[in-house]
Amino acid sequence: MHDIATNFINLDAITILYLFGVGFVGGLVSGFIGSGGAFVLTPAMMSLGVPGLVAVASNMCHKFPKALVGAIKRFKYGQVDVKLGVVLGISAEAGVLFGAHIQEYIKKAFGDAGSNLYVSASFVVILALVGGFVLRDAWKTYSTKNMDGEEKLGLLPLWVRTVNIPGTMVYFKSLNARISVLFTIPLGFATGLLAATIAVGGFIGVPSMIYVLGAPSLMASATELVIAFVMGLGGSFKFALSGLVDIRLAMIILAGSLFGIQLGAIGTTYVKPFTIKLVMGAIMVIVLFSRGLMIPVYLSQLGLIGKISDGMISVLKTTSFAIMIFALLFGAGIVMSSMWTGLREEKRREATRQQAQGVLEHGEI
Amino acid sequence: MAKSTARKKPVGKLIVTGILSIGLYAALLLKQDVVIDMFGKGGMYAFLPIVTAFVFSIIHGSFTGNFWTVLGIEAAKKKKEGN
Repeated sequence: MHDIATNFINLDAITILYLFGVGFVGGLVSGFIGSGGAFVLTPAMMSLGVPGLVAVASNMCHKFPKALVGAIKRFKYGQVDVKLGVVLGISAEAGVLFGAHIQEYIKKAFGDAGSNLYVSASFVVILALVGGFVLRDAWKTYSTKNMDGEEKLGLLPLWVRTVNIPGTMVYFKSLNARISVLFTIPLGFATGLLAATIAVGGFIGVPSMIYVLGAPSLMASATELVIAFVMGLGGSFKFALSGLVDIRLAMIILAGSLFGIQLGAIGTTYVKPFTIKLVMGAIMVIVLFSRGLMIPVYLSQLGLIGKISDGMISVLKTTSFAIMIFALLFGAGIVMSSMWTGLREEKRREATRQQAQGVLEHGEI
Repeated sequence: MAKSTARKKPVGKLIVTGILSIGLYAALLLKQDVVIDMFGKGGMYAFLPIVTAFVFSIIHGSFTGNFWTVLGIEAAKKKKEGN
């Protein structure tokens, strides 16, 4: 049985405002790219003295209702493929459970430092590979001035569409094609595995839907919210069974993040698809540096390299956290500026249209 | 024209959902001791945080949606019509 008194911190006005603010920015990014706002919340809560497991549990318990609201909002814009989200979500749930077992095993075998090293190394390797690829693709689109063009299918999604395995073929509206669910299972599983490791499964989920299955960026990022809901619901219940969810923390973060996720979802209707890739790739690459800074600390704690002084560890930890916050604010900045530009253009178009209509009506009279 | 735009703004809904949302958060924070005690028990009590999360997401989600609409921040028309 967990000790409730030591698990749950006292809340004051500053703490509430801090969590509300981080929740808002996290929600804004999640509403836009489907996920990516949650990675900063676990360390943010831990910085307030919340035990690691309670922080992870409470983060997850704010994620699933947030994803639900975001998914409903984006469903109204016709961006969500519910079937694909649920199919991927179920295998992602299995990935979460497997990932949690790996975490437990590593923690038992190598202690906290080993577990932290595993998480940071996963961050660095996956974000470098996937984030680099996504950012490169966004840059290619930008540099070829093809931002308004249709997203073209790559060789991999074209091949996936040619594979016919009887009894496993399912039609997905986001792909406008029938594909074998055998392709979705490993993708969902990897998404869940990453979610259990670094708290953001979408860094695999969204790129895999775009680059492996061939879903448009807008639909991939919206469908990720369904996966996050399915994963988050199961994960939250698992943690709640052990009494680890601090519902106060989860709901305060949710208070801010629901403002953010609505705004982020609205933002997707104003931007070009490549903006989704740009925000996602940029956040991934910046976060990679944040976690990379911590690797020497954990290596030192495991005795694999020379000892690092406490002062230096403190500097590295603070810098790492600051870079993480910067990554989130950077992503939120692109979302806000893209939306602002879009809103202004929309208003200008509307004014021109009304003016033209007025002239036409006047001319007819 | 201005009249029809004003009619679209869900001010009434915003006020109702806002009051409900404030009520939920007030109850959560004013009854912290009870909440911590009940929700931290685990086991069958695991349903409590899940149900709470759903209730907050419906009420507060509706409030935040109305909030942006009343402020005039809505989805681009061309995309809405396109779908």
